[in-house]
Amino acid sequence: MTALQHVKLGTYYVVNMLSHDDFGFWRERARSLVQCDVPPDRVAWVEPGGTGSLFSHGERRMPVPEDPNRMVRASKRFVSLAKTAIHHSDPERFALLYRLLWRLQSNPRMMEDKADPDIRRVEELDKAVRRDAHKMHAFVRFRLVEEGDEPEAGEHYVAWFEPDHHILRREAGFFVRRFANMRWSILTPRGSLHWDTETLCEGPPAQKSDAPSGDPAEDLWRKYYASIFNPARLKIGAMLKEMPKKYWKNMPEAELIPELIAGAQGREASMVAEGKSEFAARPDTLEAIGKAIAGCRNCPIGSLENHAVMGEGPRDAPLMIVGEQPGDKEDMAGRPFVGPAGQVLNEHLAAAGIMREKAYLTNAVKHFKYVQRGKRRIHQSPAAKEIDTCRWWQEAERAIVKPKLVLALGASAARSLLGKTVSVNKVRGTPIALEDGSELWVTVHPSYLLRLDGDAAAEQERLFAADLAAVRERLDQMAEAP
Amino acid sequence: MPALDTIQKLGILADAAKYDASCASSGTAKRNSKGGKGVGSTEGMGICHAYAPDGRCISLLKILLTNHCIFDCHYCVNRKSSNVRRARFTPREVADLTITFYRRNYIEGLFLSSGIIKSSNHTMEEMVECARILRDEYDFRGYIHLKTIPEADPQLVHQAGLYADRVSINVELPTDTGLTRLAPDKDSRQIEGAMGGVKMAIRQAKDEKKRFKHAPRFAPGGQSTQMIVGADTATDSDIVGKASRLYDSFKLRRVYYSAFSPIPDASAVLPLKRPPLMREHRLYQSDWLMRFYGFAPKEVMQATEADGNLPLDIDPKLAWALKFRDSFPVDVNRASKEQLLRVPGLGTRAVGQILASRRHRTLRLDDVAKLTVSITKVRPFICTVDWRPLTLTDRADLRSLLAPKQEQLELFG
Repeated sequence: MTALQHVKLGTYYVVNMLSHDDFGFWRERARSLVQCDVPPDRVAWVEPGGTGSLFSHGERRMPVPEDPNRMVRASKRFVSLAKTAIHHSDPERFALLYRLLWRLQSNPRMMEDKADPDIRRVEELDKAVRRDAHKMHAFVRFRLVEEGDEPEAGEHYVAWFEPDHHILRREAGFFVRRFANMRWSILTPRGSLHWDTETLCEGPPAQKSDAPSGDPAEDLWRKYYASIFNPARLKIGAMLKEMPKKYWKNMPEAELIPELIAGAQGREASMVAEGKSEFAARPDTLEAIGKAIAGCRNCPIGSLENHAVMGEGPRDAPLMIVGEQPGDKEDMAGRPFVGPAGQVLNEHLAAAGIMREKAYLTNAVKHFKYVQRGKRRIHQSPAAKEIDTCRWWQEAERAIVKPKLVLALGASAARSLLGKTVSVNKVRGTPIALEDGSELWVTVHPSYLLRLDGDAAAEQERLFAADLAAVRERLDQMAEAP
Repeated sequence: MPALDTIQKLGILADAAKYDASCASSGTAKRNSKGGKGVGSTEGMGICHAYAPDGRCISLLKILLTNHCIFDCHYCVNRKSSNVRRARFTPREVADLTITFYRRNYIEGLFLSSGIIKSSNHTMEEMVECARILRDEYDFRGYIHLKTIPEADPQLVHQAGLYADRVSINVELPTDTGLTRLAPDKDSRQIEGAMGGVKMAIRQAKDEKKRFKHAPRFAPGGQSTQMIVGADTATDSDIVGKASRLYDSFKLRRVYYSAFSPIPDASAVLPLKRPPLMREHRLYQSDWLMRFYGFAPKEVMQATEADGNLPLDIDPKLAWALKFRDSFPVDVNRASKEQLLRVPGLGTRAVGQILASRRHRTLRLDDVAKLTVSITKVRPFICTVDWRPLTLTDRADLRSLLAPKQEQLELFG
């Protein structure tokens, strides 16, 4: 390019950029144009491959400044924005930057004026380029190609990516730092990069068909993507904002998105249905609970041939006694503690001086769980999950009766009140505070006493009696306290 | 039951990990793989390598070592009494999977958590072993987040911190009563004790690093925690209070909120309906107000409604402004940074730009409009040379004027 000796007034200049993102070249040309006082509206900047038809008769030779050492001012902020913005694909970017540089000469602090349209535009360009670069870091997907016979040394990772802007060269460093010990290539329609663990080479623009079409690890990745997604929370807008559809075609996991969304509502509904049921609002009278438990099918026990057994006793009883579940006799009578274990309980309550009629008696599980053996129904202990399910009703009763003291008979009853399985022998004899301020005492279930004989039976009966005596004493204390 | 292959195990163990909200990979020490033999770099900013349709970022391979568990926490899908399918990875399998994904640029690193098997110590040892394989054998320099188990030996937790960029311990529930009720095997004192231990170790390592160049790093990405929202009766006020106490006492990087979502085989003590997702969003907004906008926890609590919860239809900053209308309007040409940060609709960025621009010109309403997303939202609370809201600030129906219109759910095509 030969230089003109003097700047002609009214001449249009045309600068042909040698590459899309060469900041050094732009800076050099812009500097001499400013030094020659060429205003922005007299310069056309043409990208490689672009046609400057508007200025086809413009002057392609650069003017020579009278004083090549004349200061050209540019603030730090401008230089850093310009270095990024030059990678943008907007053909106007060179002109915009020159206009800003020109204006900076008379107002060196202009960059601080965020409301100025030119400044807003250059910041938009800067932001778009940085976003594109960030998305490239995120969405490049390498595929493994095995070359040669050696397993490790022949590994070559190849990616196909379509950036919006001229960022390939700018972002090479990121991939080199991250995958320094891996052989990789990134192919794009704007050029390609190759790293062989030591040197970086640039190559010509590539096509999608130049890249490998799959990788077995992608099945694992898709499985992960589908599994980590929580169907109970669908936020499609949030996903699209950060991962617009234009990127999807080069991401192996994106092909799952439509079916994941379509399946999500269904999956959540079935989770709720499986998980449990329509517990509506908690009933607030004992009668309502009694009615509701009759129809309760929230666990499989409710579907056996049996009847719900509601608790019984005064609505304001200070003592609530919780057993495990109704037995054969209770199921037929529809009342708690009327079978053999109930007899044992009655005897011990009387001995301890506790009036059964003044206590509210109920069970952790409201239906009788059994297996049929011939004509007999054999008792089965409820599973932890069934106790947890039925806890809903026990808590509803407790919220109405508001006992000061709750006596849990056996491990199932204890679990219903505590939410965890405890060892009866470890916790018996000492009160446990419940969240509503009442006290929980735990002892064995009277049916346990029925299963023992000899010394063991005598010993356990003594312990049971002692537990009940302690409860009686505590109740008396509570009654005295205001 | 036939033995599970890797892909099935991955499915089960990723599925079990999805209720953890955190996926951050930012804010750790800078590293790259040059001069090493493995892969990996961290450059300060986290990278989200994909987004799932639930709107959450996928940055790390977030996975459990196993979903077998001896604990019985009601809100957790992996609790002992739940009948989900169980699986177990060896530490090496997880390390290999991490490298396979990392080399293809799917992830920033690993977020490893686990159900408790055998004992807390045994589980913690296995997790530390996985991190050791990645760091020592594979020279992996990407991001590692280990969820530590508060019941484990402090020595093991310390080792975890030496390999990991971030360690976290979940407080699980905002109130102690909630914890006793829903996570009967956990103890808030133990959890907070472990968090205190990690805080001390981080501080000590930073101190040593100042004096000795080669002192080992300890969790350079800090520690974080997570709370479940909507599983117990805690109000937003309770949650904000708890979060601010945690930030203060344990110097946490982040407190994550996870809206309780119905999980398969849920226990009956839990509500069956999920809390509105918006509640989680409002909590994060209040978190931001405390961390970046100079709001005191007490002030965020003032924004709550009578039931102690933040309003769902408007953001907490607007809610606060509507309650304290005498602090407005604010003159954008004169007000301090702190006052500007209180204006609903002005973010930290817009405030910075207003402060810079007003040195050059007296701002008009149009100028402010260019710096914000919606001038309609900002207008009632500011004055400019050419604008005064007059009675607008005090109008009784201001809330309904500013609350976003109910939108129909978008269809996906």
